Amino acid sequence: MKRSDVDVAVIGGGPAGLAAALAARNEGASKVLIIERNHELGGILQQCIHHGFGLHRFKAELTGPEYAQRFINLVKETDIEVLLETMVLEVRDDRTIYAVNSTDGMLEIGAKAVVLAMGCRERTRGALRIPGKRPAGIFSAGTAQRYLNIDGYIPGKKAVILGSGDIGLIMARRLALEGAQVEAVVEILPYAAGLARNVVQCLEDFDIPLILQSTVVQIHGDDRLEAVTIAKVDENWKPIPGTEQKIECDTLLLSVGLIPENELSREAGVALDPITNGPKVDDTLMTSVPGVFACGNVLHVHDLVDNVSKEAERAGAFAGRYALQQQADAARRVKVEAGENIRYVVPHEISLDKPVEFFMRVQRPEQNVVLDLGGLRTVKKPSVRPSEMLNITLTEEMLSKLEGDTLTVRIVPQKEDGVDA
Amino acid sequence: MRKSLTCTVCPLSCDVVLEIGENNEILSLTGNKCARGKVYATKEHTAPERTLTTTVKTKGGSLPLLPVRSDQPIPKPMLKKAMEATADLVVDAPVKMGDIVIENFLDLGVNLVASRDLDRAH
Amino acid sequence: MNREEKAKKKVQVAIIGGGIMGTLAARELSRYDLDILLLEKEAEVGWGTTKANSGIVHAGIHEDPGTLKAKYCFPGNQMFPQLCEELDVSFKQNGILVVALSEQEMETVHMYYQRGLERGVPVRLLSREEVLAQEPNLTPDVVGAVFAPEGGSVMPFELAAAAMENAVANGAELMVDSPVLSAWVEGTSKFLETPTHVIEADLVINAAGLFTDEIAAMFGDDYFSINPRKGEEYLFDLDLEGLVTSTVFPVPSGPTSKGILVIPTSEGNLMIGPTSDNVPERADLGTSYEGFDRIFEQTRRLVPSLDARKIVAQFAGLRAASDRGDFIIEFSPTVPGLFHLAGIESPGLTAAPAIAADLPRMLEEQGYKLTPKSDFNPRREGIVRFRLLSREEQDELIRQNPAYGRIVCRCETVTEAEIVDAIKRGARTLDGIKFRARAGAGRCQGGFCQPVIMGLLSRELGIPVEEVTKRGAGTEQIYFAAKELLGKGVS
Repeated sequence: MKRSDVDVAVIGGGPAGLAAALAARNEGASKVLIIERNHELGGILQQCIHHGFGLHRFKAELTGPEYAQRFINLVKETDIEVLLETMVLEVRDDRTIYAVNSTDGMLEIGAKAVVLAMGCRERTRGALRIPGKRPAGIFSAGTAQRYLNIDGYIPGKKAVILGSGDIGLIMARRLALEGAQVEAVVEILPYAAGLARNVVQCLEDFDIPLILQSTVVQIHGDDRLEAVTIAKVDENWKPIPGTEQKIECDTLLLSVGLIPENELSREAGVALDPITNGPKVDDTLMTSVPGVFACGNVLHVHDLVDNVSKEAERAGAFAGRYALQQQADAARRVKVEAGENIRYVVPHEISLDKPVEFFMRVQRPEQNVVLDLGGLRTVKKPSVRPSEMLNITLTEEMLSKLEGDTLTVRIVPQKEDGVDA
Repeated sequence: MRKSLTCTVCPLSCDVVLEIGENNEILSLTGNKCARGKVYATKEHTAPERTLTTTVKTKGGSLPLLPVRSDQPIPKPMLKKAMEATADLVVDAPVKMGDIVIENFLDLGVNLVASRDLDRAH
Repeated sequence: MNREEKAKKKVQVAIIGGGIMGTLAARELSRYDLDILLLEKEAEVGWGTTKANSGIVHAGIHEDPGTLKAKYCFPGNQMFPQLCEELDVSFKQNGILVVALSEQEMETVHMYYQRGLERGVPVRLLSREEVLAQEPNLTPDVVGAVFAPEGGSVMPFELAAAAMENAVANGAELMVDSPVLSAWVEGTSKFLETPTHVIEADLVINAAGLFTDEIAAMFGDDYFSINPRKGEEYLFDLDLEGLVTSTVFPVPSGPTSKGILVIPTSEGNLMIGPTSDNVPERADLGTSYEGFDRIFEQTRRLVPSLDARKIVAQFAGLRAASDRGDFIIEFSPTVPGLFHLAGIESPGLTAAPAIAADLPRMLEEQGYKLTPKSDFNPRREGIVRFRLLSREEQDELIRQNPAYGRIVCRCETVTEAEIVDAIKRGARTLDGIKFRARAGAGRCQGGFCQPVIMGLLSRELGIPVEEVTKRGAGTEQIYFAAKELLGKGVS
């Protein structure tokens, strides 16, 4: 068994891993290693060939591969070591990593700091419990995206897409552009879950119907998918009898949510947040296991890769400092709590001695509200909804005013004299 | 004639309502909350444009497809024709991001460029 | 193809159906100097009722006295440790717990306990405290239970595939994609027509599961019928492993079912189900909201902390229940040399090895001469399970074969080498890979690895990706190559 030692080991070479590794190296960690299971870096961005990435970071609308390439090129200019086609099997709480590939066999890697950047997976039909048969032709949207954009195959020519999140919308356009017929995008919510721009450019441009407040209630076809039955749902998302409608199709794509992939984290003893399905982290993005950091979609599912990069740079920088033993323990620690109409907030704990960017999602859509961070900062929001992540930074000065041991983040109605700090 | 558009400039997603005259001219434009919305809605009504992102087949590359994009938006009605024009295209590896795959694509004054590096298959 | 154009083939024994019963019968008979052919209508064996079986090796306390079910269940149970060891398949002797939630239900629990004692089944009566000490996640409402420690859990399709492999290694032949289209008798010979062959056999064993009555009817035997009974099952993520350790049964409410259970599978996943509903259609493998609601409500009464969000897969199977309410294990009363193994519903999986082992006796009683082979090898080596090895063993394996260093299925840690091995053993489809090597069986349900497995199947079988199927002809996953639809429109 090969043994090696590094300062910072980054698990995953997608956008989070790339940015974390670069930040760790810039922080001064001399041996930085990226472990990537795929044959190339870039992660899921490589199959997201559409444009719209990087508006915040690069002030340009890049495609997924372009966004990834910029980071890959930066990594190539450094001495960051990259292991491709290498799968991490285990991370121990002493930061020993076991990974395999076909040329080195089993690798035992001792790391002074570890950054978890494994990304997320898609929810499956089983998780939704869509009734009916089990024919061929049912794919998660990301799998279909890979078939179409990487491997070069079109699953079928008549598709229904369940879920109007951005991946579902983007796949509707991709299929339509490639010459397949998209019969409908079906969404359980009363509004499209993805960006309005994608509704316009992916559905309206191609005359693809968006059917709201509906879901797939039956799968038909013994061998290959033949049709789906959809039905309207009530406010509890229960199908309403009598509203069924059968749509013939040979392909069903499921774009029904993403789940952070934390199997390695769990086995390492990392405490997880049952709402995000990601690790609980402090303001250095360190998990409950000392020296193990997390960022990107393994921490919580993001909608903008720009935010992933930013978060990962923070995790990477603090991992670098940890490896160099430059991170002093904070004198005072404060818990962050999700209050009224806040589903979750990351980080879960802060230490008041440095500025913190908070990422959060609301529970339900609301209009004309104020986002209130423990009274330290309030921000007016014309509208909030669960599919759009909110991010706000508190400066050291703002944090210095915090009393007590909890910071509660909440959404409150706008008053006439609502202040924007 | 009234025409309604969803503005895609920012997440506010304003519903912009246009009154259209007989010669397709815009008589009035309401519902936008900012100036950018007006520009967007005007453009979207008179000459909508889209960036094309798709793939082309490769030869000798480490992957069967190369993702490509138009370096400028193209007229929306040209999307279908543009897709068909790329159907039989084959690009030889290696390729660098930004390499021009087709210059002056369909005489539209835009280039089709590679979205990533693609090495030769080994 | 006309019947005349089909290849002719003559064998001593033709077995119809590659479910658990047919494959174990084939293996048992391959101990003897016999020419054996097994016909399977699907692309691989174990894909009918066997595939959706709960995998419980019953203890032998549920079956009513005097039935064939009772006769073969406990002896079958006793054969599993050795059988699974010989065939190198997963088997967990995790015990069976029948739980009473009221004093009234305790009466039934006592009845099972007595039955166990009478039949020689190891059983223990457990008090409320003892049950909760053993299974702390059971409902605190539990009153008591009967525990049968020798109950267990297997992967039924794995067992069927392994039994078939072993039978083939001992000289039997397998023909897949070979449904019996018609059957007839000429003299003492029986003929079976498949899409490609006309097979002549001295002895026909009808182990066609749901279709045993249809096969019997082809021969003019119409004295029994199969009334399919559907069971839906829901499988949880591996991370719920250990929530319960034994298979937890309620006290059944009706005669046709043992109730809805919480089942720790031999792979570690928890599973809940099955429902038990008569259905008219033999292809009705659909799941339903109603079925799930019923299962979830009933199993939550047993294990309150079950979390529906952790479900990763769902499926349904049909029990091949006969109108006799019991197994039918007998020679046809009208066609000499036709033997029925029909109505093998629960506890059919448990009983199957004992039924198979009893076959030679039943055949010899009818005058069949069976000569044991001196070179019969009862052992089969399973696919190496990379995930279950130590780090050192994994390292060594990669040195021998670098394909073990390529993890294809990340959820179940399945390597390329295991998938290639499964293909060499007869897996030809995505489902076949999933059942034999577990790739795609985990929490992402193939979301990440399916394109890779498609590529491996394409490479190893020498077919285009578009011809790779989920489970046989008609179930192709991919219809077109990229760009194929451009400019052609959709017809």
